Amino acid sequence: MDVLKEDQVLDCSGMLCPMPVVKTSKAIKTLEVGQVLKMIATDPGAPPDMEAWSRQTGNELLRSTQEDGKFVFYIRRSK
Amino acid sequence: MSKSDPNAPKRLALIASKGTLDWAYPPFILATAAGAMGWEVGVFFTFYGLTLLKPKLTAAVTPVGNPAMPMKMPFGPEGFQNINWPIPQLIMANVPGFNALATTLMKQTFENKGVASIEELRQMAIDLDVRMIGCQMTMDVFGFKREDFIKECEIGGAATFLEYAADADVQLFI
Repeated sequence: MDVLKEDQVLDCSGMLCPMPVVKTSKAIKTLEVGQVLKMIATDPGAPPDMEAWSRQTGNELLRSTQEDGKFVFYIRRSK
Repeated sequence: MSKSDPNAPKRLALIASKGTLDWAYPPFILATAAGAMGWEVGVFFTFYGLTLLKPKLTAAVTPVGNPAMPMKMPFGPEGFQNINWPIPQLIMANVPGFNALATTLMKQTFENKGVASIEELRQMAIDLDVRMIGCQMTMDVFGFKREDFIKECEIGGAATFLEYAADADVQLFI
């Protein structure tokens, strides 16, 4: 896997729906277009929700993985 | 295509008709999630749901009316927390303060599991510019005044909501 470099990290560990999505939407707005947000979550609902969120907002979900029992997402602000 | 403006963002129109703690969650969760996805959101708070617009939230839960509600303890070892206590309806209905106890336990369980409180979700909805409409007719019926509700809400009637909902992509009654 390519190394992805994030511009900001958001840790949503321990939070349940809808917090990871709400926090992500807030955080992505603080980035410049083209910058990457790394979001970490423990909610098993986060992977499908982040895919839906990304489709709805147009921000690009570059990668969605599972590491050490956590879900890690890289999202690029697209607009 | 019923949308008058095809370039407008997606829109969610909700009716929040219930004021108990368990039923307070769905409208605020859906409203904040939709807001986070860039949708326009409007919620019509009517009947008991109108109390969710009071500055101080007092939403409680009543196990008597909800026989499917799991009765669990939010403390102790995991095995203990997973026990579903078989409390007879007769006891739940007659022990004074049982609703208050169940409400405290549910709030604690939610907090332990990482669910935001209704207060937090409502504030997030406000921050996401969710349009909140309090029902004028309900105010008249229950004797509420405008100043009984948070300043961020507006007051309107069925026509106000329907006009908003007519242009919505998703409409739900909760």
